[in-house]
Amino acid sequence: MYAYDEIDRAFLSERVSEFRDQVARRLSGELTEDEFKSLRLMNGVYLQLHAYMFRVAIPYGTLSSAQLRRLAAVARKYDRGYGHFTTRQNIQYNWIKLAELPDAMEELAEVGIHAIQTSGNCVRNITADQWSGVTPGEVDDPRIWAEVLRQYTTLHPEFSFLPRKFKIAITASDHDRAAIKIHDIGLKLKRNDEGRLGFEVLVGGGLGRTPFIGKTVNAFVPARDIVSYVEAVLRVYNQCGRRDNIYKARIKILVHELGAEAFARDVEAEWAQIRDSALVVDDDMVADIRSRFSYPDYQELPETPGELVRETDPHFRTWLHNSVAPHKEPGYAIVTLSLKPVGGAPGDATAEQMDAIADLADRYSFGEIRVGHEQNLALPNVAKRDLPALWRALDRIGVATPNVNLVSDIIACPGLDYCSLANARSIPVAQELTRRFADHDLAAMIGRLHINISGCINACGHHHVGHIGILGVEKNGEEFYQITIGGRADEGAVVGTLIGPAVRFTEVADVIEDIVEAYLALRARPDELFIDAVARLGVQPFKERVYATR
Amino acid sequence: MPLVKANVIVSDDFVQVADDAPLPDGAILISATRLLADAETILRRNGNTGVVWPNNRSVAELVPYLGRLAVIALVFPTFRDGRAYTQARLLRERYGFEGELRATGQVLRDQFVFMLRSGFDAFDVKKDSDAEAFCQVARRYSVVYQPTGDGRATAHDSRRALQDEDAR
Amino acid sequence: MTSPLQQKIKITGPSIVTANRTSDGAVIYRTAQQGWSVDLAKAAVVRTADAARALLAEAVADDLGAVGAYIAPVSIADDGAPTPGNLRERIRRNGVTIDLPVCA
Ligand code: SF4
Repeated sequence: MYAYDEIDRAFLSERVSEFRDQVARRLSGELTEDEFKSLRLMNGVYLQLHAYMFRVAIPYGTLSSAQLRRLAAVARKYDRGYGHFTTRQNIQYNWIKLAELPDAMEELAEVGIHAIQTSGNCVRNITADQWSGVTPGEVDDPRIWAEVLRQYTTLHPEFSFLPRKFKIAITASDHDRAAIKIHDIGLKLKRNDEGRLGFEVLVGGGLGRTPFIGKTVNAFVPARDIVSYVEAVLRVYNQCGRRDNIYKARIKILVHELGAEAFARDVEAEWAQIRDSALVVDDDMVADIRSRFSYPDYQELPETPGELVRETDPHFRTWLHNSVAPHKEPGYAIVTLSLKPVGGAPGDATAEQMDAIADLADRYSFGEIRVGHEQNLALPNVAKRDLPALWRALDRIGVATPNVNLVSDIIACPGLDYCSLANARSIPVAQELTRRFADHDLAAMIGRLHINISGCINACGHHHVGHIGILGVEKNGEEFYQITIGGRADEGAVVGTLIGPAVRFTEVADVIEDIVEAYLALRARPDELFIDAVARLGVQPFKERVYATR
Repeated sequence: MPLVKANVIVSDDFVQVADDAPLPDGAILISATRLLADAETILRRNGNTGVVWPNNRSVAELVPYLGRLAVIALVFPTFRDGRAYTQARLLRERYGFEGELRATGQVLRDQFVFMLRSGFDAFDVKKDSDAEAFCQVARRYSVVYQPTGDGRATAHDSRRALQDEDAR
Repeated sequence: MTSPLQQKIKITGPSIVTANRTSDGAVIYRTAQQGWSVDLAKAAVVRTADAARALLAEAVADDLGAVGAYIAPVSIADDGAPTPGNLRERIRRNGVTIDLPVCA
C-alpha cells in the first residue's frame, strides 16, 4: 500500500484545520449554508434524510489493516458502529454529527485517510481495479498511476469548481473490473508496439439521466504525458462544459454535443501547448511513488498445498470455487469477502467485522485489504495453504457467503432509507432478492448475473450497466421500479434496455424471478451466461414472460 | 467590498465606469465590450486602463492589448463557477500578462489559495472578515501538489530536495 | 439556486415545515412558537398556502439553526396529532425501514 510521508501528512493536517475553521464559521453563523455547502461537499459531507453523511475515500481501493481498524474506530466513536462501502471505493458513515466531524477527520488523517474531493464538482476519488498489483497479466500496477493523478488533482487550483463532478478510473487488465467505460475519464494501461508504457484514454462515459459509454479519444498517450493530457481534457471541459443546466453539465454531454472527434481535436490542440512542461511525469516521480507502495515478500510456495487438498468440507469447496481468484505469484490467491449476506444491506460492514478483517489481513494477507466497486472487500495476498483456516474465520464473521458474481451479489445504493434524493428504497429490494436466491445450488446453476439497484436516476447503484438493472421511480407518491436487462459494466460495457412499464415494490422480486426463469428456459447451453443470452435473444422473450400475467 | 493586494487591504485607485458614461481622467475599469469597441483610442488616453472580462469569453481576444492593460478583472458570478481560474492561468502562463489580475464577484476566503495559485494578485473580497483573514488563509497550505505559474515548489520538488540532501 | 421561497407554494392538505438541525443533522419540525422540535407532535400544522409560506419563510430565516427547510404533508390522526404524509417523511420520522447491521 501507499505510505504517506511527512509532506503528505502535513498537507492532511492543514486540510483538517481548514475544515475545522469552516465548520466553526458555519456553526457561528459567519458562513451561510449556501456558502458552506460546497465547502462541506468538497470534504465528503452530505446532508441525508436523518443526518449528515460522511464519505471517506479509499484511493484505488487499497487499505492497510491499521487504516481499516481506524475506519472501524470512527464508526464506533462517531457513528452507529457500521459503515457502507460504495460503488466508488469509498466508505460512508450515515449518522455523523457536523460538530464532531473535524475530530473524526483528524483521527482518520493520523492513518493517512481523508475525504478530500469525495464529493463536489471536482475530480473525485480516483478508482482502480481492486486487484491491482496482484492479478496476473497486468502491464503495470495501475495504483502507481492512480496515485500520480491523485496527487496532481488534489486541491487543483484550476479544476476545483468544474461544471460538475468528474470521475476517473484506471485498469491495467483486459478484463475491466474498474468500470472505466462509465467514467468521465477511463484509463487503460497498455504497452504500444515499441513496448512503451501508456494509456488508452476514454472520455465521456457516465450514467445518470443520460447514460453514455466512454469513447476513446486517444488510443495511446505515453505514460510520461498522462498528467498533461488529463489537464488538457479538464481545461477544455472547465471552459466549454455547460453550466446552464445541471443535467447537461457532465463532460459526457459536451463530448456528445461536440462529437468525440471534435472534442478530441480541442483536447489535442490544448495538449500541444502544455505537453512539454512541468507536467511531464518524470522517472524520478514514478520511482518515488512506486517505492512507497509496499509489495509483500512473497515466499516460494506450492501451487497446490496439502492443506488445500485435504480440506474436503463441501462448503469450503463451494467458497473456494466462488470467492478465490488466481494470483500473479504461485502459491498465493486473491480472496473476495462478500458483503452481501442473505438479508443484509449490500456493502455494509460493522465495526466488529472491520476489526476482525483487519486482524485476518495481518495474519493472512500481509496486512492489506482491498475494496471493489461491487461493494465487496478482498484480501489480496493469501497463501493458498492458509485458505481453509481463513475460510473458517471469515465464515464466523459472516463474510464468506459464496455468492461473488452470482445473482445475490447485488450492488445497491442506499436508496430512500437514507438518501434525500431517492424516489424509492433500494436496500429492502436487495434484501428480498437475496432471500429468493439464497439457495446456493440454484444461484450456481444460474451462473454469473449482476443485479444493480438505484433509488433514483442518479444511478449510484449503476443500474444501467447491471445485467439486470432496477431503478426506483415515484408514481403518485408510491414506489415503482423500472427494470432493464442486458447492461454490463466491464470491457464490453453497454447500457441495458428497459423491458416495459415500471412495477410496484411488492412485485419486483417476482419479476426478477420470472426473468431468471425465462433465462433458464431459453439459454442455449448451461454455460451460456444470462448476459450472453440477452445479447442473443434481445429483450422481447423476457418482456413477454414478465408482462404476460401482469 | 475591500480590495486586497499583497496581503493587505488597499484603496482601489480604479474607477469603474459604466458603458454609457463619459471616460474620466485617471485610472478606469471598463467593460469588455467598451474596450473592444475602441481599444486603440481608449488605451492612448492619459491614465491606466483596466478591463472587466466576463468568464465566457476567450482571453485570447485580449492578447493585442495585454502590454497596455494595467488591470484585468476576472469574474466569479458564483462561488461555484470556476471558469475564471482557467482564464487566469492562461493570461499569466500562456500569454504572459504581467499587470494586475483581479478576482471580482463572489470572492470568499475559501478560494484564496486556488486564486493565488492560478495567478491572481488582487482580490475584491466580499466580506470584511475574509479580507482581514487574507494573510493567514493564504498561508494555510505549506504543501501543493501541482505545478502552476506561481512557481511554488510542489510536493514532488520538496521530496526530491530532501533526497538530494540525504545523498549529500 | 432558487430559494424555497421563490418557488410557487401549493399544498393539498395539512402540512408542516421540516428541516435538519445544523449541528447534528437531526430531523426537526417547525413549531408554532418560532422554534424547532424533534417531535412531530409539536409541529405547527398549516392548512393554507399563505400560512405555509409564512411558516416556511420564518424557518428559512433561521439559517443558523436548520438546513434545507421545506413543506411536507401530514395526516391528522383521530387524536389530532400529525403523522407523516408520505413514505419519505415516515422514514425521516421513524428511521430506516430495515434492520441496521448493529443494534443501536
Ligand atoms: S442513486 Fe439516487 S437514491 Fe441512490 S444513493 Fe444515488 S442519489 Fe441516492
